[in-house]
Amino acid sequence: MSRPISIQSDHNPLHKLQQINWGLVILICTIASIGFAALYSAAGGNFDPWASRQIARFFVGVIAMFIVALIDIKWWFRLTWPAYFGGLFLLVIVEVMGHVGMGAQRWIDLGFMKLQPSEMMKIAVVMALARYFNAATIDDMRRIYFLIIPALIILAPVALVMLQPDLGTALMIVMAGAAMFFMAGASIWLFIGAGAAVTAAIPIAWQFIMHDYQKQRVRTFLNPESDPLGAGYHITQSKIALGSGGVQGRGFLEGTQARLNFLPEKETDFIFTLWAEEQGLIGGVLLLVLFGLVFIYGLRIALRSRHNYGRYLALGLCVNFSLYVFINIAMVMGLIPVVGAPLPMISYGGTSMLAALISFGLMMSVNIHYDSKVTR
Amino acid sequence: MKSFRKLARQKSRRARKRNIDHAKVFSRRAFVIGAAQFGLLGVLGGRLAWLQVVHGARYRTLSDNNRIDMKMLAPVRGEIVDRFGVPLAVNNQNFRVLIIPEQAKNLEQSLRSLSKHIELSEKDIQSVLKQAKKTAKFIPIEIKDDLSWEDVARIEVNLPDFPGMSTDVGQRRSYPLGEATAHVVGYVGAVNKEEIGDDPVLSLPGFKIGKTGAEKRFDLDLRGQKGSAEVEVNVAGRQVRELNTRNSRAGDRLMLSLDGELQRFTQERLAKERSATAVIMDAHTGAVYALCSSPAFDPNLFTAGMPADVWEDLLADPAHPLTNKAIAGQYPPASTFKIVSALTGLRTGHINSKRVTHCRGVYNYGKDKFHCWKRGGHGWVDLTKSLAVSCDTFYYELATDVGIGKIAETARMLGLGSALDFDLPEERPGLVPDKQWKMGYNGQSWQPGETIVASIGQGYLLATPLQLAVMTARIVNGGYAVKPWMTKRHLLSRHHFTGNWPKMDVSDKHLAQIKKGLEYVVNHSTGTAKGSKIDDPELAFGGKTGTGQVRRITMAQRRAGIKNEDLDWVQRHHALFVGYAPLKAPRYVCAVVVEHGIGGSLTAAPIARDILLEAQKRNPASVVMEI
Repeated sequence: MSRPISIQSDHNPLHKLQQINWGLVILICTIASIGFAALYSAAGGNFDPWASRQIARFFVGVIAMFIVALIDIKWWFRLTWPAYFGGLFLLVIVEVMGHVGMGAQRWIDLGFMKLQPSEMMKIAVVMALARYFNAATIDDMRRIYFLIIPALIILAPVALVMLQPDLGTALMIVMAGAAMFFMAGASIWLFIGAGAAVTAAIPIAWQFIMHDYQKQRVRTFLNPESDPLGAGYHITQSKIALGSGGVQGRGFLEGTQARLNFLPEKETDFIFTLWAEEQGLIGGVLLLVLFGLVFIYGLRIALRSRHNYGRYLALGLCVNFSLYVFINIAMVMGLIPVVGAPLPMISYGGTSMLAALISFGLMMSVNIHYDSKVTR
Repeated sequence: MKSFRKLARQKSRRARKRNIDHAKVFSRRAFVIGAAQFGLLGVLGGRLAWLQVVHGARYRTLSDNNRIDMKMLAPVRGEIVDRFGVPLAVNNQNFRVLIIPEQAKNLEQSLRSLSKHIELSEKDIQSVLKQAKKTAKFIPIEIKDDLSWEDVARIEVNLPDFPGMSTDVGQRRSYPLGEATAHVVGYVGAVNKEEIGDDPVLSLPGFKIGKTGAEKRFDLDLRGQKGSAEVEVNVAGRQVRELNTRNSRAGDRLMLSLDGELQRFTQERLAKERSATAVIMDAHTGAVYALCSSPAFDPNLFTAGMPADVWEDLLADPAHPLTNKAIAGQYPPASTFKIVSALTGLRTGHINSKRVTHCRGVYNYGKDKFHCWKRGGHGWVDLTKSLAVSCDTFYYELATDVGIGKIAETARMLGLGSALDFDLPEERPGLVPDKQWKMGYNGQSWQPGETIVASIGQGYLLATPLQLAVMTARIVNGGYAVKPWMTKRHLLSRHHFTGNWPKMDVSDKHLAQIKKGLEYVVNHSTGTAKGSKIDDPELAFGGKTGTGQVRRITMAQRRAGIKNEDLDWVQRHHALFVGYAPLKAPRYVCAVVVEHGIGGSLTAAPIARDILLEAQKRNPASVVMEI
């Protein structure tokens, strides 16, 4: 497994800082700033209660991002399993606490923030799969027995998350995992077969697994006008808000749907709607373009890496991030059912902000240490 | 060994090649993933453009519908006043306390603690709780209205303890004269489903419209025009700011020709009888000065909340207190109709002032016998005497000569048999029968005996007190076809009134001959109403009594000496009187009906005397009514 060219790893942190993707950092700051503006508007032109805390979290998160970025990818490689099993452990903890405490619980109160282990687990699953596939050959990828372990790596947290119950997160983990199977070279037939199996399983899931509120969300999605004041209310109001923005938008702090509270959860899941109501098509497309640039950075970092771990990790995290973006925005536009998923970097919430910044940190670490020797 | 090494090299090369292949696979698949990402971004961008550009206008409207609430502002209802400007219907301030259920922490507890500050019965509390269950939680519910200023102050001071509670001031219709104007002014009430038409103001909670009387007839004028306030509301329906306001326009002030004081006097005078009604109007102009029906009710109860037992009593009362008998009560005109018969005889030339008839107390027509009211008869009777003593036989003979057709024609000319376009919606047309009418009514031909009965105002004939007053007015005003009215605007627009009523086709000589008879009724020693005479010649009045049969006394009863007074109230005769005053220059005419009042001279004439005297004293005609 020797490489033709071997550049000594540079351990000087200053030199490493130079290698950070400063373009990506600027991009992240820009997206985060849009989030701050949206939260400022959501509070009716106030930094309190959301924007100020989100800004503070962002600075903490950015520092964490740089630290993560500067740590050699080898260390992350070695920390993969502890991270994965630590995440699983935390998921079990919330599950137990949820049973002991009152009803469903998805977070652990750390005092300064409420940590959602499922958000961190998404990163850990990507790391674990990247590590597992790191040494895999194409032949390995075509052996079905070889794929049993990575399947379990995905399904263990999925099972725990579904217990919460959080179908949206579970589906995202599955989709991110499937993407990693795909990039690592799994047979196309596997996906076709899995797709067929899922299609066959939908009626069963509907009957036995899905909760009533989840079924209601799907029903409402299929026909939102059927229940305009009930479950369809969210999506109807969101579409009204988006549409009323027009090309120019209603203007900053002028979005009536959000300001007068017709738009539900405007500071969290429906924040894209608030942004697009006030900034119109121009602002909405701008945000989509910024996200697209982030994807390009992710792809570039993955393609530049000379080790599989880095490739899979960077692209896996990129896919993970884009899934967030797609699911959230598609949801607020009424393209898919409402599944409580935040818009990363924009929605108010500590865990998703931290998870996104740590993901970027890992991606930057891959970029800086693109040529590190990652061994088993 | 060599081959082993070769094998190993081959394997390693293959492995390296595989590794390179693997990297290629990754690049390819990464490209697929990237393409998918950008494809999905494109879908999102397209969807955004679809919502914001293609359907932008529609969603903009929906957004405005969400936030902009058009609040209607109720107009203030116009006042109703009498000819002197004295208020008959006004709007009083009505202090209310309201509560918004969603803002109250515990609705029942709030109400209970409120009952420590103001009087609040258990029934009131239960009704609020019941209503709270029915309506949306953010709609205010009226807890109690008609609060005193002290109550309001007490609530205001304690308002911080009552979340969701508020006081406000509304308008409540009030009728200062109460029972006296109950029928003529009418009352307002809540809009019911059938009445909600085009005017959106009617759907305002608590909006009231005229239900009877002038309140109903002139509702559109009195109602005014709604204003509107465009307000921005949040999702909870709470007002955030006002965008645009257009003030409401108060309803018109309505002046009626009534003399409120005369109206009150008349009502009180009528109240001495079990059931009675009276109209006083101007013989020349047609202006109605008083229009009363007794028993009445307190119209204020309709706006303040009618106790159930009072309502039950009103419905059950055989004297029909809810009916305006002056215009909706249809009675046989009885002997007052002799005015019509007499005029018919004069116009057709069948009688003149000298023509006499001998009354033996019974008139034979074929094998039928028709009795005069006076057993033994009146002897020789001329026109004047026929009216003064109210001889029936005189008219039996006259009717046989002229026939029903001519009688009906005169009756209609004098205002009977059809509605008079009066200013109240409850007006009834009465009935003047003739051959044609009877054919249509029961398909039978007219019998000569029916003409005989009609000549003394019995049989099919029906007239309202208002019609009888008009009939009298047209005789005593010199033969002008006056019509009754209460509002000048209506008079001008509806009757096309140009200052004079049209002259009817009657000779002044004939009218004078009838008037002489009417004068004798009260002022001659033989007159049926001589007991009611006003001694002051300046104020003296004339008129005609009438006694309407409700139930025929059988021959057996008559022989047994049973008089009308001995019968049950509902079986007694109606008492009627039509009158005018003063004798020399008639100005005021009146019609009085006392239901089951036994006899016109006994109960109706004294009332006519009193109200004509009061009308002349007050002389409302001396004040020209403004429009």
